Amino acid sequence: MVPLEQLNPGAVGYIGALEGGHRFISRLAALGFTPGAPVTVVRNYGHGPIIVQVRGAQIALGRGEAGRILVHREDDDGAAAG
Amino acid sequence: MVQPQVDLGCHGSGTCASVREGALVVALAGQPNVGKSTIFNMLTGLSQHVGNWPGKTVERKTGPYVHQGREMALVDLPGTYSLTANSVEERIARDYIIHEAPDVVVAVVDAAIPERSLYLLAELLLLPAPVVMVLNMMDVAEQEGVQIEPRVLEAALGIPVIGMVATRNEGLAPMLDAIVAVADGTYPYNPKRPTILPDHEAVLGTLITLIAPYVPSPYPVPWVALKLLEGDEELIDMMRAAAPSDVWEQVHAILYKHEDAVLDIAGARYTWIARMVRAAVVRPRVGQLGLTQRLDSVLTHPVWGTLALLAILGVVFVLTYTIGQPIQDWLEGQLAAVSGLVAAGLGGISAPVWLSDLIVDGIIGGVGMVATFTPILALFFATLGLLEDTGYMARAAYVTDRLMHMMGLHGKSFMPLLLGFGCNVPAVLGSRIIESPRARLLTVLLAPLVPCAAQLAVVTVLGAAFFGRAASLVVWALVAVNLLTLAGLGLLLHRIVLRGEPSVFIMELPLYHLPNPRTIGLYVWRNLVAFLEKAGKVILVASVVVWLLSYIPGGGDVDRSILGMIGRALEPVGRLMGLPWQMLVALLTSFVAKENAIATLGVLYGDFETVLPTLLTGPAALALLVVQMLFVPCVATVAAMRQESGSWKWTLFGVVLLLVLSLVGGILVYQVGTLIVGG
Repeated sequence: MVPLEQLNPGAVGYIGALEGGHRFISRLAALGFTPGAPVTVVRNYGHGPIIVQVRGAQIALGRGEAGRILVHREDDDGAAAG
Repeated sequence: MVQPQVDLGCHGSGTCASVREGALVVALAGQPNVGKSTIFNMLTGLSQHVGNWPGKTVERKTGPYVHQGREMALVDLPGTYSLTANSVEERIARDYIIHEAPDVVVAVVDAAIPERSLYLLAELLLLPAPVVMVLNMMDVAEQEGVQIEPRVLEAALGIPVIGMVATRNEGLAPMLDAIVAVADGTYPYNPKRPTILPDHEAVLGTLITLIAPYVPSPYPVPWVALKLLEGDEELIDMMRAAAPSDVWEQVHAILYKHEDAVLDIAGARYTWIARMVRAAVVRPRVGQLGLTQRLDSVLTHPVWGTLALLAILGVVFVLTYTIGQPIQDWLEGQLAAVSGLVAAGLGGISAPVWLSDLIVDGIIGGVGMVATFTPILALFFATLGLLEDTGYMARAAYVTDRLMHMMGLHGKSFMPLLLGFGCNVPAVLGSRIIESPRARLLTVLLAPLVPCAAQLAVVTVLGAAFFGRAASLVVWALVAVNLLTLAGLGLLLHRIVLRGEPSVFIMELPLYHLPNPRTIGLYVWRNLVAFLEKAGKVILVASVVVWLLSYIPGGGDVDRSILGMIGRALEPVGRLMGLPWQMLVALLTSFVAKENAIATLGVLYGDFETVLPTLLTGPAALALLVVQMLFVPCVATVAAMRQESGSWKWTLFGVVLLLVLSLVGGILVYQVGTLIVGG
């Protein structure tokens, strides 16, 4: 598993685990970051917040937050997400 | 906590119909950005009442509506992603539904992102109140390529599902019909409720048996058990207090063992949602770009996005001032004419001079000055409301987050700080949207450094008097100094005073949609009313008091008045900045309201625009403007700072900090300037 912040734009990851306090996990779970859910990275410039798409919604995440979301990488070519 | 009668809190609003017992109480629930408030605004309009939830700083909006003779009391619940007590909004929403037992809850769902926004419905169906579901923003869904069938969803869920475009008034009447039908029992209400994973069912059963005798009324027992399993802090505290300690120990052991159940429960809800929507939703083909994605390829780009933001802000300010300035000038002309007429009239009936002075200078001068700001504020709030309502504001927060982060702020701090250009009061109040307490406090402390419309008006008038053609350059430089000070101070406070806890940044970027004029109109109206109420009360009293202090003793001779004495006592400080005592008095009165600085100079010097340039050297004039721009916030802002920070200590800290900063800035500018110019 890799932290979500390491995925390139266009890459898809499947949620593996969330690290952090209970409130943090509970908030992310409500937004749809539950184990197995596919997450598409929309914006990631290597610095600053990233934007991901999960359950049809676009969510901006700080780098710290994105680093605590661990995903299973699907592939890195980014062709699938457009 | 339970209020027996329907309290719509309609005090003071003229159009508010009285709600009799027997009116249907309808609560609107939904996730943020689903257009819930648009539905509420379309139905209640100006008859809505905006207050706060008891003991909270969260807006509470209520309003009456009559549908085919049936009276309804509508309550707009705060927007929440779930019903777990992660935030104060979530506590308010679920407390209301459990304790106040509304007749019907309307669950508003975003038709363009049905899976995510149905999550709240999955939670609402576990509470006792019957639910009517609204699929709002069908037009946005279509624009994003999502097709959704309300009737198929209705068959799957067993509750009324109504497709709606609230901004175009489509679907509102069917929703109201459904509310009445559900409340009257004429609708075959038979909801399918989400289930949990089979391995958790046994655990949940044990929990229910353990806690059942101790759950306080009116909480539903299975719901409390589920929320305990989800690790809900508020309900854990409640049950720890309610259950005997040996029972609680058993409960606690179970919860400890299933600590990570929250993810499975949320996951099971999403699985249930997927099953419900499978037949009803057709997703866009892969590779097909919706409007939002196409716009965002520019607007959230690190380079183009920043340029777009700067361009948008430029347009906002140019529009505000090019349209607003002529209206303001015209109003000022009218005001002068009224003052002249009143003065002549009072002279005609040989009223005493002091009375004429009080009315013309104290009252008309003070309050009228404020009224002339109204057009600029209205335009400013309208453009901001427009940006907010289209969904752009979240992009601005995203683009500015890195910059804000360096100051210990948050992308979400951007919007409140921007509001500060209109008036610092909504800026401070707007800091509520920031979840992290530390970033919120920093925003509250820094917001007064954003020059408000009144401050800008003062420096524009004084700048023109002192610097003639170079005035606009000077004003822009002053604004830049303020913003740089804000950034520097933020950096400093972030590093030294307010270290610790990093701020969490999780923010949804809503889909773009066409703005609703009614929503924006109400936004402008509410902000203006709040501003004018302040002007009507605080500023009227203050301008009369200032006038009085400048009038007695001495009967109009300011030199011998109380104000003059205070000013002369401060003369040594003024000397360091090259400023005579009259200027210090003007600054002091700006504490009441920023625009008072000009009114006071008018009282003290008469035609100050021609007198002042002969009195002050260039460096002293610049020092005056710098101090005026950095000076302590007005009294209304201070009150707002106290309310939002919840602490007099931090409020005082902020005020003293700005006082010191402004005086040091003024002294520095004068001394260095004098060195360069050579006195």
